[in-house]
Amino acid sequence: MATEFVARGADLELIGIRKEFPGFVAIDDLDLKIPAGEFFALLGPSGCGKTTTLRLVAGLEEPTAGRILIGGKDVTDTKPHERPVNTVFQSYALFPHMSVLENVAFGLKQRKIQDPMVKAQASLDLVELGHLAQRRPQQLSGGQQQRVALARALVNRPSLLLLDEPLGALDLKLRRQMQIELKAIQMEVGLTFLHVTHDQEEAMDMADTVAVMNKGHIEQMGSPEKLYDRPKTVFVSKFLGQSNLFVGEVVESNPESISINVAGNKLTVPKNRAELHVGMIALGVRPEKAMFHEEEPDQDSGKNLIGPGEIIDIRFTGVSNQYLIEIPNVGNVTVFAQNIGKSPVTELGAKVWVSWKVEHSFGLSDLPLANQTESITVI
Amino acid sequence: MAFAAFSGGPAKTHKPMKSGRVALFLLLPGLLYLGLFFLTPLFSLIITSLQVPDPSGEIGRYQYGFAIENYWIVIESYWPHILRSFGYALLATVFALIISYPLAYFIGVKARRWPLLQGLLLTLVIAPFFISFLLRTLAWKQIFSNESWIVTSLQSIGALAQDQYLVGTPFMVIFGLTYAFIPFMTLPLYTTLERLDIRYLEAGADLYATPATTFRKITLPLSMPGIISGTLLTFIPIAGDYVNASRDFLGSTDTAMIGNVVETNYLQINDYPAASALSVLLMLAILVIVTFYVKRSGTDDLL
Repeated sequence: MATEFVARGADLELIGIRKEFPGFVAIDDLDLKIPAGEFFALLGPSGCGKTTTLRLVAGLEEPTAGRILIGGKDVTDTKPHERPVNTVFQSYALFPHMSVLENVAFGLKQRKIQDPMVKAQASLDLVELGHLAQRRPQQLSGGQQQRVALARALVNRPSLLLLDEPLGALDLKLRRQMQIELKAIQMEVGLTFLHVTHDQEEAMDMADTVAVMNKGHIEQMGSPEKLYDRPKTVFVSKFLGQSNLFVGEVVESNPESISINVAGNKLTVPKNRAELHVGMIALGVRPEKAMFHEEEPDQDSGKNLIGPGEIIDIRFTGVSNQYLIEIPNVGNVTVFAQNIGKSPVTELGAKVWVSWKVEHSFGLSDLPLANQTESITVI
Repeated sequence: MAFAAFSGGPAKTHKPMKSGRVALFLLLPGLLYLGLFFLTPLFSLIITSLQVPDPSGEIGRYQYGFAIENYWIVIESYWPHILRSFGYALLATVFALIISYPLAYFIGVKARRWPLLQGLLLTLVIAPFFISFLLRTLAWKQIFSNESWIVTSLQSIGALAQDQYLVGTPFMVIFGLTYAFIPFMTLPLYTTLERLDIRYLEAGADLYATPATTFRKITLPLSMPGIISGTLLTFIPIAGDYVNASRDFLGSTDTAMIGNVVETNYLQINDYPAASALSVLLMLAILVIVTFYVKRSGTDDLL
């Protein structure tokens, strides 16, 4: 029973979780361990199974197979109301027939905690809505409702707080503000947060660890910096930020690095940054790590060089210019150049070469689909 | 859908349009109808209820007057029937609610994933309307008649004494009333439960409420508009019903309700003022009860 009033987060462990719905498999053999007190983000496109995972943890769905452990205790067969878990729902699901204060006090009353109203008021004060306690939820704005939903979950001091895209309905400015507040609250109360989102910026900004989910399984997991610096699959390289991908046969291999041949261009990647070392592999680089040159630079073993190509599109985004460069037989390459006063080239049609440092390359474990062999940037 | 007609309550009124004349024109048929078929009879009913007997002493002849004592006389003579009517109406309404709520919950919530099943079940709820109300009531009389196997088997197991029967008892009348008005309870309940957001129930479970508590604290309050309209749609007509309680159907003289008394006074004794006074009283009583009920339930919050 979830009667004890825990003040610290608990770890969450999913072992071999499988969830089938009639006609399709939502989650296939998922293993996951989230240490106590961590802000963990489950990131993926809609339909990847991330919300289902969250509902399984909350107890709102039953897994077809596998176990769920919270704080080392197997909760797979317990009902939602018996789990030491609270959820901030995507739709907030604030009870419309209760005042804001009654909403927040609801969980406390169910567990017969003393002074539920006092604690609920304190929780509302924490999210700076103490003055609206007597209002009805539908009288509040979206951002205020979101904070009430957060207060309603947090007041119970759950071992594990589940956040189901809680910022999705807010506008950009409010979302930024809430992201900062949410992170601050998590640090303050020290609970384990499991945050489900499709917003990669949000996940990278807030989470200690991000797991990128695709088609019912986790593609890659790690700190945001690590995931961004060294994606291991095509999906991760494109879902988390943008990537230029090149496919070629490994033609050279030495103890430090391997090189592939892409339409006559030799591209090198350090071995410790590549998943595969033989055969056809995909090699990638982030657009902001690449730069272009108007004249062919000298060969440099520390750099990869590709080109020449033609600038076919320039987009101004404020902090940087995005150049799309078409390289014959290779495809399109995106390069971000910061606007720091001297944009190298601004006109379309210019002939350029693209280069980047070898150690900025990364080798992937899979290949892009056939129709995606030209390097594509997903925005 | 026609069922929307049973939904929660009136829509919130917005600012009046400037085209008031068009609105008035559109309202005209309705106002005419109300004036002709509601206010006129109501007025005539009140006039009749105050009439005095004709000096000729001829039965069924009355003169215009202001005999307010007519009301005291009918209350004095028929107060048991008045009480009985509201007692039966209350019981039948409660039974109809108890039977309809799970039914409406199943159709509106559990069957959501199967629209075809939902449609089929709704059709079944309305299906009895395809047969005349009188015929159905007579059928029940037949089924529970003194020689029916139900009664004889109840007698043989000792649930009923050898000279005890079902037809003519309050049980039978309340049974008939409950049966007849179940669809009127089920449909408005269905319309509110059909719109019930399951996510509120999930949030309840997530906040440590057991299924029973979730029902009591969330489902029930959120379905209050349906309960209110359902109980009104059953209670009001049941209080005035005169078919089920009549001797020709499921009742006896011991089960007579106001409707039966009005019928007897009007059609058999030809005491028109008494019948009218009773009708006016019934109307007023229902008006008071309903006003009090709606005020108390405070459903405004839910709309």
